[in-house]
Amino acid sequence: MRFPRILLGLTVFSLLLAACAMPATPAASPTPAVKGTIKIATQSPLSGGQAALGEGIKNGAQLAIEQLKGPIEALGFKVELVPFDDQAKPDVGVANAKQLVNDPDILAVIGHLNSGVAIPSSETYKDYDLVMVSPANTNPCITDRGYLVVNRVCGRDDVQGAVGAEFAFNELKVKTAFVIHDKTTYGQGVAEFFKKRFEELGGKVLGFEGTEEKANFDPLITAIQAANPELIYFGGIYDQAGVFFKQAREKGVKAIFLGPDGMDSSELAKIAGDAVVGMYYTSVAAPPTVYEGAKKFIQDYKAKFGKDPEPFSAQAYDATAIVLKAIEAAINEAGGQKPSRKAVAQKVRATKDFQGITGVITFDERGDPVKAKYFVIKVVSGKPEDWGNNQLVKTLELAPPPFTPELKAKCGVK
Amino acid sequence: MRSKLSESLLYQALVVPLIQLFVFVTISLIVIGSIILFLAVLFNRPVTGGMTLLQFVVRTLPQVAIDGLVIGFLYAMIALGYTMVYGVLQFINFAHSEIFMVGAFIGVELMLALAIPSTAPLMLIMVGILLAVAAGMAGSGLLAVLIERVAYRPLRGAPRLVPLISAIGVSFFLQDAVRAIEGLLNNAFYRNYPSFPVLNQQIPIASFQIADQSIQMQIQAKVVFIIIASLLMLTGLNFVVNATRLGRAIRAVAQDRPTAALMGVDVDRIIMLTFLIGGALGGATGVLFGIRVGRIDPYVGFIPGIKAFTAAVLGGIGNITGAMLGGIVLGVLEGFAGAYLSQFTGGAFGTEYKDIFAFLILILILMFRPTGLLGEQVGQKA
Repeated sequence: MRFPRILLGLTVFSLLLAACAMPATPAASPTPAVKGTIKIATQSPLSGGQAALGEGIKNGAQLAIEQLKGPIEALGFKVELVPFDDQAKPDVGVANAKQLVNDPDILAVIGHLNSGVAIPSSETYKDYDLVMVSPANTNPCITDRGYLVVNRVCGRDDVQGAVGAEFAFNELKVKTAFVIHDKTTYGQGVAEFFKKRFEELGGKVLGFEGTEEKANFDPLITAIQAANPELIYFGGIYDQAGVFFKQAREKGVKAIFLGPDGMDSSELAKIAGDAVVGMYYTSVAAPPTVYEGAKKFIQDYKAKFGKDPEPFSAQAYDATAIVLKAIEAAINEAGGQKPSRKAVAQKVRATKDFQGITGVITFDERGDPVKAKYFVIKVVSGKPEDWGNNQLVKTLELAPPPFTPELKAKCGVK
Repeated sequence: MRSKLSESLLYQALVVPLIQLFVFVTISLIVIGSIILFLAVLFNRPVTGGMTLLQFVVRTLPQVAIDGLVIGFLYAMIALGYTMVYGVLQFINFAHSEIFMVGAFIGVELMLALAIPSTAPLMLIMVGILLAVAAGMAGSGLLAVLIERVAYRPLRGAPRLVPLISAIGVSFFLQDAVRAIEGLLNNAFYRNYPSFPVLNQQIPIASFQIADQSIQMQIQAKVVFIIIASLLMLTGLNFVVNATRLGRAIRAVAQDRPTAALMGVDVDRIIMLTFLIGGALGGATGVLFGIRVGRIDPYVGFIPGIKAFTAAVLGGIGNITGAMLGGIVLGVLEGFAGAYLSQFTGGAFGTEYKDIFAFLILILILMFRPTGLLGEQVGQKA
């Protein structure tokens, strides 16, 4: 009784298989035979307080793959996007990294949003030669570790912090500042670079405080009021900074607010409202409207996702485009076969004069763009829907500091 | 005879705790304040902003004290929920911080649904807030009852640790349930309370001169709500527990559950009502907390919950006025530590160490008064 039932099952199964396979065969004949699938992963926070930015990165990558996968498909490979949610947490990012390196189809990672997540995760990528191109990570140690697989298309915090300090001292003419940071790799890092440059210029830093507090800033604000600085620099991300700015203004703090690119989200206006009107932030990513080549991208993004691109969407688009180009070149080099991860990483690093929507990108020997754009932006309205109208005050194009063994040593790499 | 008794009960329930509270707050502020001043005189040296340490302390002390009191009142209100349940069941309801969080979410959803314009007259805003507080109380109270029925009652005969673990489980469940629901509805699991400029303004209380330094004391309008609400809660709760039939039944169940049952007290009902009251207080606090802080997420209850629990222990767990005092002491300690640690240690320990410092003091207090500030020696219950 038992045996025939298994036989019956097998028969049904094979019939089903045949039924599935039948229609596929004639359809496949016009295009070249599919040699395999190439997957590109994104890692960014898709949930949590920073999900808006993280989703913007995923969407930018998705749009790039849909629009630019043609050449690779012509070579006989399917191209797919695999989005991962790193929740802006280092442990989740690393767990995702361990999972995705084990999928041999994944040839590149676009991500992350947070430097503190990208650094430990990329240690895993490095061990598996999996190339990462970051649209948003600004901490110097991202590239200063000198890994072949790690690249970014944006600027760096040592330059960004200095840009902020120079803007504050030379253009806003403030002589005293109070510096706050969120104790993350990114926030503390950029705050320290701001402090260093501001003091070099002759300004006085009245306080340097790190806090993970998200609700009650009273004690900190009282200390700030007593010190009475002309400017407050917040090295951190909008979800925490917004609450601080709001409470500080409510308590009568009149100092000018300044922050790094972590402030760049309409969520900041949603949280803090009018408290952030007139504040400045430096950024490595201007609103997409600033970029000459991004007009079509904005239209396409709006058409596909029904909203405006977030600050790092255009960078994610470019990062993905670079990766696609590199994969195409690597396939050609491998004689039409699926390339090794190492070959893809080498091709990415060799990127030269790539015409992206955010500008021309050439990677230096450690994976930084040889020249990156830095912006100073002023918040003009407390309404989140007006975030896109923020006023661009200044644009600078600066090279990263020269790559020295000391920089590498600072990042704990021998 | 009868009327005299009720008079004295009323006195016991309403006036005594308020006096106790007032005296205690004044004494603790004076003691902590003078210690800080003494230390400032002792270690006086120039600090940032062209001031000496003493000048810095004198200028900020009154404001720091007020801010500390306000956060203390918040802890105190949450602590009432812990202490109520502990008083009756000798069980720490760790899900209370999530009941508080759910209250904050119910409040924000209602306020957003009402969509009161930010420039509306004060009366309208007050009505909106009262409605939100009422909704938070109802929602959280019922939730607490439901949790008791589902997660605690079946375990009532079990060893003490079992319901504790169940409470921790409920706590995680609620965090992720709210996260899932808000995520589905709004595609983001945090919410922002609407902001009203009227409530954000600073009300000056006092301004005086000490040694050619002008000192301003001010308090934020919305913070006044928190203080009034917490005083109302304290007196109301004291009244219910000490001067009503329900309160007598609660005390009876707290003292000896089997005997209370033999005397005709419906123990299950009393425990349910205890959870209802504790949950409703937590819900109201959640709404007030949200209005003050502005932004809430499903994990917003955790830290205040831990601190409120500590406050309840510090005050003498099971004692209502004690919970209030514990909350205030903790809040004031935290406020002082946050504002002065960095200046006193020359930047070696920043504001970030305020909790460590506050808890250090707390351990010291508990070493000398293990039953808490107002606690009595009670026998361990099985």
